[in-house]
Amino acid sequence: MIHVSTTVNGDAHELLCDPRETLLDALRDRLELTGAKEGCGTGDCGACTVLLDERPVCSCLVLAAEAEGQEVRTVEGIADGEDLHPLQRKFIEHAALQCGICTPGILVAAKALLERNPDPSETEVRYWLAGNLCRCTGYDKIIRAVLDAASEMREAT
Amino acid sequence: MAFDEETNGFKVVGTRPDRPDGIDKVTGRARFGADVTAPGMLHAVIIRSPHAHARIVKINSSKAEAAPGVKAVVTRADFAEGLEGENWNILENLMAGEYALYDGHAVAAIAATSSLAARDAARLVEVEYEMLPHVTDVDDAMQEGAPVIRAGAADGSVPAGMHPNVVRCHDSGHGDPEEGFAEADLVIEERFTTEATHQGYIEPHACLGTLGPDGRGELWCCTQGHWNVQKVCAALLDIETSKLRVTASEIGGGFGGKTAVFIEPVALALSRKANRPVKLVMPRADVFRATGPTASTSMDVKIGMKKDGTITGASGVFRCQGGAFPGAPMEFTAMCGFAPYALKHVRQIGYDVMTNRPKQAAYRAPGSPMAAFAVESVIDELCNRLGLDPIDVRLKNASREGTKANFGPSWDRIGLVETLEAAKEHPHFSAPLAEGAGRGISCGFWFNHAGETAVQLALSEDGTVQLSVGTPDIGGSRASMCMMAAEELGIPYEDVRTTVADTATLGYNEISHGSRVTYASGLATIEAARDTVKKLCKRAADKWGIDAEAVEWREGCAIPSGPNAGDFDPMPIKEIAGRMGQTGGPIVGHFEATPEGAGVSFATHIVDAEVDRETGATTVTRYTVVQDAGKAIHPSYVEGQYQGGAAQGIGWALNEEYIYDEDGRLQNAGFLDYRIPVASDLPMIDTVIVEVPNPGHPYGVRGVGETSICPPLAAIANAVSNAAGVRMQDLPMRPSRILEALKARS
Repeated sequence: MIHVSTTVNGDAHELLCDPRETLLDALRDRLELTGAKEGCGTGDCGACTVLLDERPVCSCLVLAAEAEGQEVRTVEGIADGEDLHPLQRKFIEHAALQCGICTPGILVAAKALLERNPDPSETEVRYWLAGNLCRCTGYDKIIRAVLDAASEMREAT
Repeated sequence: MAFDEETNGFKVVGTRPDRPDGIDKVTGRARFGADVTAPGMLHAVIIRSPHAHARIVKINSSKAEAAPGVKAVVTRADFAEGLEGENWNILENLMAGEYALYDGHAVAAIAATSSLAARDAARLVEVEYEMLPHVTDVDDAMQEGAPVIRAGAADGSVPAGMHPNVVRCHDSGHGDPEEGFAEADLVIEERFTTEATHQGYIEPHACLGTLGPDGRGELWCCTQGHWNVQKVCAALLDIETSKLRVTASEIGGGFGGKTAVFIEPVALALSRKANRPVKLVMPRADVFRATGPTASTSMDVKIGMKKDGTITGASGVFRCQGGAFPGAPMEFTAMCGFAPYALKHVRQIGYDVMTNRPKQAAYRAPGSPMAAFAVESVIDELCNRLGLDPIDVRLKNASREGTKANFGPSWDRIGLVETLEAAKEHPHFSAPLAEGAGRGISCGFWFNHAGETAVQLALSEDGTVQLSVGTPDIGGSRASMCMMAAEELGIPYEDVRTTVADTATLGYNEISHGSRVTYASGLATIEAARDTVKKLCKRAADKWGIDAEAVEWREGCAIPSGPNAGDFDPMPIKEIAGRMGQTGGPIVGHFEATPEGAGVSFATHIVDAEVDRETGATTVTRYTVVQDAGKAIHPSYVEGQYQGGAAQGIGWALNEEYIYDEDGRLQNAGFLDYRIPVASDLPMIDTVIVEVPNPGHPYGVRGVGETSICPPLAAIANAVSNAAGVRMQDLPMRPSRILEALKARS
């Protein structure tokens, strides 16, 4: 077992992990942060997207041991206390989720996009989110929600 | 419970409130199939056949059982014996008996203290196979000399002389198509094929099961129908149904694929053997290899048309491959294709064909999208060659109220014509096309279903309401239920909480399938609310000392009416609820029945597509869905169903397919090689909600989930064919196929 010291959503954690254990499994099974989902285990669906030192990654392709000394942020950590992140609010308002299994990964990925590009075009949003599969919505309402959240966040700053 | 013609002035229905589970779903709090644990829980892995067809000579699990952390191994011997009919099929599919019937067929399962330990031990299970010849293509499987999947599987509907792999046949219609073809100015007959596709839900099947030596169990699982899971598990494990309580998790997509049972009895069998809770989560490759896919098809469609666009006759043969078990939806395929049209002469034949592939499962309007692809392609070609407008021709021949349907009954009030007219008026239909682009039109039809339904509506002491339904929420239906209850009771939407109850809490509820939830659980909710209102009025009448019949319910209050009008102040629901303990006890409304009157639904789609002549790649540039919803309870989620169906249809038409190699093994069991549409593949998807009320629902609701996937295959194929100048008859229209077609033309 490998000893891993990492920070998740601002909290420090000490973990003992199997060398083969993914960051996703460590988050879900050891820290009970089940917001990130395993849709494929091969980095194709993006449902497990988390931020590793602010970089969006498929946590199913990252070993838990690689989180040593890094800051991890998951969907559980994107709201500010009781105040939802604008993306979270806009997803509800625009009905941008049906089953909701892809939503945590898409929210985390979209948050990373807006931190880099506060005014993305529709095409930029579509390509940024091309690694996050949604089977329910046809993406229409998701794209609208992200663009609307971006617009609101620009006005707020 | 018929359509209430006086229903108007809705206060809640038709608005777009936030869904009640929204915050849970955007914060990661919602609990899906794989998101729960239990003390002492084990993790399970299923061992699967790598061969398309083989006799299982021997399974030796002794090394695996001795591996670290392993607590139980099960094989077919650990399940019930002597099952018959579909229960036997389900068991045979989820744990092979004598034969492995397809690549990915389960042969054993292991439970261990961690998922890594279970995976390691799975490699130690030794299975000896005797290879047998296999067949995976539908047309090949019907040829003389094709390997027989299961001798004697055919039922009495199959004509003599057909290959034993043809196990069921459907034959319906009226008139004489040959007579119709003789009256036509142009007759076109073509063959069309579609490959198997997967529902592609992002959440793999997952469950957590506990089954004690006393036969009592608890099961948590992602399913479209937990009463069905309960019933099937009880049969396959030979326990009493009521001793197993099943709770449905949040469900991460189903689209029909989670109406079937694949893993739950395996987890429970392992739990019974290990006497510990067992969690079983399918890896994605297993999801592709052993669950879900649609039938693949091979179809011959022949249609005759006059120069004025009148269809004079139509016939079709629809061959559906459903894997190593009977059940491909060939009757739906046969019945749906010609349903949009009023035909004097029509005949449709369907064949259910077995092959060495996974057992097909329902996928959104099973069979209808493929049939529409064949039928609507031929109609498009007739329109092209006769120089006719594709919408005018469809309007000319459209099924209307009173038309005798191609499969027998006469249509009730239907909205096909309204969708065609709305499509014709939509700016998309008359927008100029870019150079080299093509436009496609298609209609589509689905039956919709009602099914056994039970609902309970319990009043809390503060006047808020707890609504329990038994249909898992697969796309936002709890919002619609809250809305319908609030509408009837005259209370705010936020005062209703809807819960998907477990199997111990309500009577039997059929699966969330057939686009039935907003129709049937909605109708049941309205009825339960009306039942509650009666009880509320009675409490007020008792208090006032007047007849219950002299009390009306308006805007959340009991109001004296008739001769007593104005005698007493209105009594709000909160006041009655606050005193119910002293006035007769709990107030609970309920409804249990199998409603009749799930109205059918039609749609018309318009698609623009561009084809890259160098790469063969297709881009869908514009998409418009026009569909009859009867009455849209929450329009945003109706639009979502329209958009989702269109997007899945785009994947099916252009990219998605099960690819089998010569060895009968699935070549693309992952999302990298089985490519579903991603955000950058699609345009915005415009929607038009047509509302022609369903006479069988008090608010006029028709199911909307499935019809949206019926027209896309054909509409996209028509757009691509018109763009490329060559008729595309095989799906998916992957780039290589389009290049071949372009090359063949030149």
